[in-house]
Amino acid sequence: MGGIGRNAKKYSLPLLTAFWFSFLFLPFRGCRAAGILFVTLAVSIPFLTYVSNRLRKMTPRMERLQNTARKWGRFSPVLLLPLLAVPFAVDNYWVDVAVLSGIYVILALGLNVVVGYTGLLNLGFAAFYAIGAYSYALLNTALGLGFWSALPLSVGITTVAGFLLAFPAVRLKGDYLAIVTLGFGEIVRLVLNNWDSLTKGPNGISGIEAPSLFGAKLGDLSSYYYLVLAFVVITVFVMRRVEDSKIGRAWIAIREDEIASAAMGISTMRYKLYACAFGAFWAGIAGCLFAAKMRFVSPESFTFMESVLILCMVIIGGIGSITGAITGAVVLVFLPELLREAQMYRMIAVGSGLVLLMVFRPQGLFGRKNVSLGS
Amino acid sequence: MLLQQIINGLTLGSVYALIALGYTMVYGILELINFAHGEIYMIGAYLGIILLAFFTAIGLTAVSLPLTLLLVVVLAVVICSAYGFTVEKLAYKPLRSAPRLSPLISAIGVSIFLQNYVMLTQGATDKVFPSLFGSGGFRFLSTRVSYLQAAIIIVSAVMMLLLQAFVMKTKTGKAMRAVAQDKTMASLLGINVDRVISITFVVGSGLAAVAGVMVAAYYGLVNYFIGYIAGIKAFTAAVLGGIGSIPGAMFGGILLGLVESLGASYVSSEYKDAYAFLILIVILLVRPGGLFGKAPEEKI
Repeated sequence: MGGIGRNAKKYSLPLLTAFWFSFLFLPFRGCRAAGILFVTLAVSIPFLTYVSNRLRKMTPRMERLQNTARKWGRFSPVLLLPLLAVPFAVDNYWVDVAVLSGIYVILALGLNVVVGYTGLLNLGFAAFYAIGAYSYALLNTALGLGFWSALPLSVGITTVAGFLLAFPAVRLKGDYLAIVTLGFGEIVRLVLNNWDSLTKGPNGISGIEAPSLFGAKLGDLSSYYYLVLAFVVITVFVMRRVEDSKIGRAWIAIREDEIASAAMGISTMRYKLYACAFGAFWAGIAGCLFAAKMRFVSPESFTFMESVLILCMVIIGGIGSITGAITGAVVLVFLPELLREAQMYRMIAVGSGLVLLMVFRPQGLFGRKNVSLGS
Repeated sequence: MLLQQIINGLTLGSVYALIALGYTMVYGILELINFAHGEIYMIGAYLGIILLAFFTAIGLTAVSLPLTLLLVVVLAVVICSAYGFTVEKLAYKPLRSAPRLSPLISAIGVSIFLQNYVMLTQGATDKVFPSLFGSGGFRFLSTRVSYLQAAIIIVSAVMMLLLQAFVMKTKTGKAMRAVAQDKTMASLLGINVDRVISITFVVGSGLAAVAGVMVAAYYGLVNYFIGYIAGIKAFTAAVLGGIGSIPGAMFGGILLGLVESLGASYVSSEYKDAYAFLILIVILLVRPGGLFGKAPEEKI
């Protein structure tokens, strides 16, 4: 009897929620859409509750999995071998998707430094991505610099921009910081959109050269894939080294307790600045790779939604975890490609996914339990 | 010209102020930037169009236009309040004791969800609000004010006065102020904190719905992304006046509307949307407490 009562309570709540939501959407599309929404929600809410309960129960097993992954991490060069074979194994379309996901892995790892390690919520990360892409595009088309000389220059510009924008922002805390970074992101996009004489406005810059290596053009997709893969490997390697370095530990200390870490003699301002500049550095690299891949940049690629998407990659995989950021980036790039018909629903899924994740598993899929997001 | 821009700015500003009130009340109580608030306003604008079309179809508009408009506004307020209530219960209430950034991320999630849901169900193209008021207006000190502008300014002013009276004079308002000051203490004194939070969301969403319907009528066009930019601007207005302060939100909204309207005509209209962000950044850096609020104190 008690069991039935408990079950009734367990299932009536999701059903009630589903009904309520479909009722609320009634004025928008009429009865049929509301009915479809009700059925979808009535099926998916209990399913998601079930999955999240299972995940909660599986936490010890997940932790064991993580430990195994960490152990295997030592052999990661071996694990790279299958990745090397990708251009031979699949057709060009999927190599293209893989290149894109590689760029996003670099971006997510860069944002992970700011949001994950240091605990500063940045809602305008696409601004640095944009600065990297645009400075590469301009150096290449206007000054005729090649990939290897334009790359360090534009990454330098992006890092300096990250440092300068962070300089006033790091004095703020929590959600104020989030809103100011959002403002910076929008201002950068508006400037790119309106400074016609430099950026060609909404039309964007086209005719960017493909990179070359030792005189050989990396024009075709598979060689570009290896270039991006090399950058991803470098990023992961550096991130791993940084995570356990003095600076990395200082960042994590600031995230966990800013006052305590200041009391331990960490200059919190300075390390926050480092984090922002370091994050921007990787966004700059990703921007260059993006511009060189697309041969075209326009302000449309760097909207607020782009910032949110990168943030989702960091959060879904698990805040503050390298594996998590990589998983998040790969999943969020590949998933919509796999579900091409469902692409319209991608942002809806991202939105509700963020809410569900925060409610049921705030540490993300691979995140560590003890991450605290601000105070 | 100058006076005309001031009137335009006042109209825009009173809309920002109405939305800003929702942000400021929620922030005052939960210390949460309710990102979904802009979407509630957008839904209000859509509801204005949908309900008006419905009432026109059943022939009510032909009988009495003022009555129809009143019905449209009231229904939009009721439905939007229901949205606000639901969003709070689903996305924020389970996170009441979570770290501070979790509800913020959840709020961003709700905002993305609502925006894209409306896009899917209503289409990505602009929806048109039928022009009901013609181009009627009256002369005021050598400039022309349309009836619609006058109505927006007056309705906003009345709503703000009503809200002020509600918060200062009623028992519920007193409970809201108590919860904003100290949640634990308020609950110890027998105030149902969850209920007060729900009321705050309902009232804020209602105000946003009124703003949405008025904007739909004023501009005549509604799109699924109007909520994001209006939300950011209203939030700027709330911060400008001092977040958590109700008179501050009103003042901040009107000031922002004036700055935007005058800036667009005298400085550069291309960067119209950037003014709000610039003001926001400068205010947060120079005077984080806003014009009327107290600077946030640092607790150790």
